[in-house]
Amino acid sequence: MTSLSGNGRPAAFTNVRLVDPASGYDGPGGIIVTKGVIADVVKGADFGSLSPDIDLIDGKGALLLPGLVDIRVKTGEPGTETKETLKSAALAAAAGGVTSIVLQPDTDPVIDEPSVVDFILRRARDIELVKVHVAGAATKGAHGQRMAEIGLMAEAGCLYISDADRPIVDSKVLRRVLAYAKAFGVLVAHRPADPWLSAGAAASEGEFASRMGLPGVPAIAEKIMLERDLALVELTGARLLVDQLTTADAIESFRRGRERGLPVTATTSINHLSFNEIDIGDYRTFCKVDPPLRSEDDRQAVIEAVASGLIQIVVSAHAPAPAEDKRLPYDEAAPGAIGLQTLLPALLTFHHEGRIPLIDLIRTVTCAPADLLGLPQGRLAKGAPADLVLCDLNAPLLIDADKLISKSKNSPFDGRRLQGKVLRTVVDGRTVFGA
Amino acid sequence: MTTTQPGLNEVLQRTFSFPKKHFLSATDLNEVEVANLLDLADGFVSLNRQTSKKLDLLKGRTLMNLFFENSTRTQSSFELAGKRLGADVVNMSPRSSAMSKGETLIDTAVTLNAMQPDLLVIRHASSGAASLLSQKVSCSVINAGDGQHEHPTQALLDALSMRRAFGRIAGLKVAICGDVAHSRVARSNIALLQMLGAEVRLVGPPTLIPPQAERWNVAICHDMREGIAGCDVVMMLRLQLERMDGVMAPSQREYFRFFGLDREKLAFAAPHVRVMHPGPMNRGVEIDSDVADDLSVSLIQDQVEMGVAARMAVLTSLAARLDNDR
Repeated sequence: MTSLSGNGRPAAFTNVRLVDPASGYDGPGGIIVTKGVIADVVKGADFGSLSPDIDLIDGKGALLLPGLVDIRVKTGEPGTETKETLKSAALAAAAGGVTSIVLQPDTDPVIDEPSVVDFILRRARDIELVKVHVAGAATKGAHGQRMAEIGLMAEAGCLYISDADRPIVDSKVLRRVLAYAKAFGVLVAHRPADPWLSAGAAASEGEFASRMGLPGVPAIAEKIMLERDLALVELTGARLLVDQLTTADAIESFRRGRERGLPVTATTSINHLSFNEIDIGDYRTFCKVDPPLRSEDDRQAVIEAVASGLIQIVVSAHAPAPAEDKRLPYDEAAPGAIGLQTLLPALLTFHHEGRIPLIDLIRTVTCAPADLLGLPQGRLAKGAPADLVLCDLNAPLLIDADKLISKSKNSPFDGRRLQGKVLRTVVDGRTVFGA
Repeated sequence: MTTTQPGLNEVLQRTFSFPKKHFLSATDLNEVEVANLLDLADGFVSLNRQTSKKLDLLKGRTLMNLFFENSTRTQSSFELAGKRLGADVVNMSPRSSAMSKGETLIDTAVTLNAMQPDLLVIRHASSGAASLLSQKVSCSVINAGDGQHEHPTQALLDALSMRRAFGRIAGLKVAICGDVAHSRVARSNIALLQMLGAEVRLVGPPTLIPPQAERWNVAICHDMREGIAGCDVVMMLRLQLERMDGVMAPSQREYFRFFGLDREKLAFAAPHVRVMHPGPMNRGVEIDSDVADDLSVSLIQDQVEMGVAARMAVLTSLAARLDNDR
C-alpha cells in the first residue's frame, strides 16, 4: 500500500466537500495529512498558501468523508474460509469506503477466549488494509450458558461482547453477563429475538409468508426479547447495544427505554432499511437474512427511527454465504447478505430520496459507532487517524453481485441502481482503494 | 393408429395453445387457461373410461417423476397420465440415489436435465423448490407439491370434480376445513376457486389458519357448523397426526369432536352438499368413514379419477408448447 504521496511527504485533499458529523460541518474545505494523521482541517474554500512540500490531491468537488466504521461484519476466517477470508473482506471493505470493521465472534472456533482475539488481530495486521477489530463472545462457544473470558478478551483488544445471531435465552445468564461486563467497562450487544417464536422461521409472519408457504416469525418476537433485555439493563445498570432493531413495535419499546434514561444504543442493518419482505419475491434466497426482512410498515418505522436519531448506528451486517449455501430451497438456504461494498451507496439512497440529511446519514456509520466503542477514527479532526473516503455523491451504479469483491456474492442489491461511487479509500494516510 | 379411437377427435379439438413453459402455481394461470384445461381434461375423462386408453400425443417425450416426498397417489397419477399419452415415464426416488449422498436439489436437477427429459414433475418438502428447479433446467417443470406453498394440479382436479358435479364453479360456496396453515392444497385451491368465482371460507382452529389469511378475501370460521353452513362443497384437508397431540390441537379426539366432519356437522351444509378430500384420509380424525364412503355425498373417489385426466390435460398443454419451441 502506498502512502498518499508515495514519498512520506504530507499531502492535502483540496477542493472537496467535507462532511464531518462529529463537528457538524458540511461544506467546502480540505484536509492535510501527515504521517497517517489528520494534521489540519481547512473549513471553507480558502486554503491560504500551502507549503510547497505538500502534495496536492484535487478532489474536484467530490465528498470527503471520514472512513466508515462498520461494527457488524462476519467473515469465514477462521473456520469457513470458502465463504470469505479476512483478506477478501478487507478488500471489499476498502472498495466500499469502510475503513474499520468489527468482526463477529461466531467463527469456528468461536472467538470466546483471548488467544483467538489475538490470532485474528495479528492476521489482520499482516493484511494491512482496513482496521480490523473484534467482538468477543459473551458466553463460551456462544452457547448462552457459561460466561466467556470477558475481562481477558477485553485486555486482548476486543471491543464489545456479543453472541452474534444467537440470543442469550437464559435470563439469569444475560443478567450475569451484563453485571460482570459492566465492572470491566465492556459493552454487551444482544440480539432481541424470542427463540421459541423464531424457531424454524424463514421469513416474517404475515400475508406474504402465508401465501408463499414459508414458516414465519411474528414481528412481536423482537419486542418480547427487547423488553426483557431493557428490564435487565434497568436491573444491572449495564450498557447494552441492541443488535439490529427491525420492527416498529420494538422501536417503540426502545424509545420508551431511552426516555427512561437507560444506557442503551441500537443498530439497524442496511438490509432492513432497503428491503421489505416482498423483495423475497419468487423465493430469492439472497434476500434471506437474519432477522428476516420485515413488512413495509416496519421498514418505514426503521427509516424514521434512523432519521430521528433514535437508532444511532447502521451496520452492513455483512454475512457471506457461498452459492452452495444459497442455491437451495428457501427454507434450507443459509441466511445472510454481504454488504461491505454496498453500504455507503445504499445508505446515500436516503439522501437522494430527500428522506434523511446527508450529515445525519454519515453519522450513523462514522462517529456514532466510533464514539460508542471509544475509537479515535470516524471523524475529520486534527490529530485523528487519516481514515478517509473520497466519494462521488451522484455517480450512478448498477450493482452486479458477480463483480463484487467478496468471495461470496450473496448481495440482495444485485441488479439495483444506486448512486454514490467510492473514488478513493485511505487508511492511516495509505491509499487502500482507488487512484 | 389412434385416430380410429372414439373420443379422440373430440379431445384433439379441445387442445389449445398454452402459453406457459412451466406449471408451478395456480396463481400463474388465468381464467381462460383454466377453462381450456378443464375442457381438455373433461375429454380425457371419457377417454380414460374406454377400454383402449393409450394415445400418442406425447409419443417420444420423456416424463420424469422426481418425488422427494413419498406420494403413491400423485406419483402414480402422473405416471399413468404420461403413459396414457404415450410418453416414456421414469420414476426417480431420490432417497435411494445421490440426494442421500449430499447432492443438492440443483445438482440433481442439472444432472437429470442433461438426460434431456421433456417434462419434469417434482414434489419436494420445501416451498419454492419447483420454482427454483424451473430456473435451472431447460425442460418444462410441473409442481406436484412444494412444501406448504402450492399443489396446482390438485386444485385443477378439484375444480374439475366440482364442475362435473355442479355444472359450474362460479357462485359455489366452498368451505376448506382443517389444517389450512400447512396445506399446499388449500393455497392452490383458494387461488383457483376465487379466480373461477367461487366463495371460499376457511374453517379450523386458529392454530391451523395461516396468519393474516383474512387478507385473502376469504371468510374465516373457527366453528365448524357455522363455517360449513349453507356450503355446496366441504373440502376436508389432511391433518398430520404429529401436529395433534398438543402441538396444533390438544388431541385427536378433541380435534374430531370440534373439527372432524361427521353426519351431524354435515347437516348444516346445503342439502346437495358434496364432500372432498385430497387424500390420504385420516379416518376418524378429520373425517368420519360414514361420510367419506357415502357415494351420494362424497366426491373423494371422483377426485382420484379426475386427477389422471387433469394431469393429462396439463402434460398435453405443456408438450404442445414444446412443439412450438422446436
